[in-house]
Amino acid sequence: MKLSEVREILNAEVISGDDCLDIEITGGAASDLMSVLLGKKPTEGALLLTGLTSIQAINTSVIAGMAAVVFVRGKKPDNAIVSHAKTHKIPILSTSYNMFLSCGKLYSNGLKSITWLP
Amino acid sequence: MRVIREFKIKAKDFIHAGEGSMEIRKALKSLNLNAELVRRISICAYEAEMNVVIHGGDGTMSMALDDTGVVIEVTDNGSGIDDIDLALKEGYTTAGVEAQQMGFGAGMGLPNMVRNSDFFKIESEKDYGTYLIMCFKFNK
Repeated sequence: MKLSEVREILNAEVISGDDCLDIEITGGAASDLMSVLLGKKPTEGALLLTGLTSIQAINTSVIAGMAAVVFVRGKKPDNAIVSHAKTHKIPILSTSYNMFLSCGKLYSNGLKSITWLP
Repeated sequence: MRVIREFKIKAKDFIHAGEGSMEIRKALKSLNLNAELVRRISICAYEAEMNVVIHGGDGTMSMALDDTGVVIEVTDNGSGIDDIDLALKEGYTTAGVEAQQMGFGAGMGLPNMVRNSDFFKIESEKDYGTYLIMCFKFNK
């Protein structure tokens, strides 16, 4: 699924990285606990859905090789975090849907959980 | 084996936490290593760096490599770990609210390092600090 489709499905606002909407997302992961994402899972190229707007959400995405971050529940990070994400080329989106709805909508449109990827 | 990156980690500096590990990731990527190996090493470095920030006094991290693999070493002069076996158990944590607000402190750090490294060893002494070494082989 392309990031542009994620934006459409979640009716999301692109906070940064609007030149990256063409990238392909390999799967989805949802967590407010960053260490959960750092287990032995195929995070490379995946989408992170989180309500955590701390700088560590961006750092975790960089470290785990994730493709983009969607902040749920209408959350938006502050400017310092947006600029940090730009530096590390991590596109960020914000949706007003909560975590459950966001995951459900993406899943029913074909985005798989990273735990199910080969 | 030569050291290609070395940096200091400052305790309680949650804003800059992770920068060293992102540097390590960048250095590894520039060596054109296998993406999954880069991911595993970066994750271990990041978890170790976060542990020093959360629990440590100040510390240092270094990455060395040769033809066979990569070694990451981390030391800190923090309060040390009371019971290492307990600390290695998934879900056990002594991290405070500040760490949890950053998305850490779930008791997954050390188990994630064990899971993602090919060799892991930790030594700690109460009131003196902690040392850990993680190795990663190029061809398993």
